Amino acid sequence: MTVNVLTLTIDDQQVSAREGQTIMQVATENGIFIPRLCHIEGLDPVGACRLCLCEVKGTPKLLPACTTKVSEGMEVSTSTERLGEYRKMILELLFAERNHVCAVCVSNGHCDLQSMAQKVGMDHVTVPYRYPKLQVDATHERFIADHNRCILCTRCVRVCDQIEGAHTWDVMGRGEGSRVITDLNQPWGDSETCTKCGKCVHVCPTGALTEKGRSVAEMAKQRRFLPYLTKMREEW
Amino acid sequence: MSKVRVATVWLDGCSGCHMSFLDQDERLIELAGLVEVVHSPIVDPKEFPENVDVAIVEGAVSSEEDLHKIRVIRERSKILVSLGDCAVTSNVPAMRNPFKVADILKRAYGEMADHNAGTGPSEVVPPLLKRARPLHEVVHVDVFVPGCPPSADAIYYVLSELLAGRTPTPAELTRFGA
Ligand code: SF4
Ligand code: SF4
Ligand code: SF4
Ligand code: FES
Repeated sequence: MTVNVLTLTIDDQQVSAREGQTIMQVATENGIFIPRLCHIEGLDPVGACRLCLCEVKGTPKLLPACTTKVSEGMEVSTSTERLGEYRKMILELLFAERNHVCAVCVSNGHCDLQSMAQKVGMDHVTVPYRYPKLQVDATHERFIADHNRCILCTRCVRVCDQIEGAHTWDVMGRGEGSRVITDLNQPWGDSETCTKCGKCVHVCPTGALTEKGRSVAEMAKQRRFLPYLTKMREEW
Repeated sequence: MSKVRVATVWLDGCSGCHMSFLDQDERLIELAGLVEVVHSPIVDPKEFPENVDVAIVEGAVSSEEDLHKIRVIRERSKILVSLGDCAVTSNVPAMRNPFKVADILKRAYGEMADHNAGTGPSEVVPPLLKRARPLHEVVHVDVFVPGCPPSADAIYYVLSELLAGRTPTPAELTRFGA
């Protein structure tokens, strides 16, 4: 099999890429960090959070780096002032949408949402907080799902489906009513499909999915397993 | 050179941000040569002074008294610093926000009471606002310092920058929940 090698520029840097790679993959290989939340290496990208939006010369639209394939001669900008403003806005909306209280959160200090806010310099939320009343599902013997902290990135849905093969998780509802659910919106503890593997917990970027018995700031996630499992999946 | 007039204020917070301020340790001596603390939770006068250069405010705006205070502070201060997560996001005080005030008071003073169950204070204690709110939702804020509490280093950096006439950007030193 021959692989076509493409040449393009990312942030004025000349880079080469294999055909079929995404902007995110090529940027990462070349040491360029693009902010992201829904994307995690090892799961199929979905372009849900829009944090990775980039400018591509010749296209008026902003394109998500995690799902956009590179092409010959492409000129990509990943960190313009405009993109920085949009990224702050997206993070403000995520913080305002549900109830985030970092100081008392099990994921404090280990949370992708929190660290992304710091990275892009989002230091206060300018839109009104919504303070929805949301459920905490603690019916599972090992894990907890706290919808107050969920950003609907669907990492849990994808890992459970694509890696574990259980497809316990899915998304229900629309807009502000969207929720991740287990089985047919049944309590997680009653789920007949969940194998209790814990993969969803460990890919979840926030304090939404956690292990029981963890106190404030104790829920560090283990992500090292993902690339290995993906590799195995490819080689089978 | 006349000293910079600094005020610190404690609204709906736990005083942790003030503790972190004191944690600047020996750097406080250096600051003392440059600033005059014209108001703080440990000075006697209850009235917020006029002509403040830098007002540093800890805590969310949770009661009618907080709201009155923050408006006066804004009017009388050149630079308003929102110090800590309670001031910046309303943080822990906002955990009551999904609920109605009457229900919260009923819970705290009625259901949870071992003795003298009631419905909550009706005099002297300032009434709660419908929601605990971050400072910038009710007044203009000039500098945001997230953190619960922000570290002494972050506070010292912010003060040094302000004293040098620059606008501090403390993002590298602190974050929500830090
Ligand atoms: S999930 Fe992350 S951003 Fe949300 S409260 Fe917890 S630590 Fe903060
Ligand atoms: S623990 Fe494993 S099987 Fe159960 S929901 Fe999570 S990923 Fe799926
Ligand atoms: S539970 Fe976690 S992984 Fe699942 S959608 Fe919410 S934030 Fe993402
Ligand atoms: S990381 Fe690309 S859209 Fe979320």
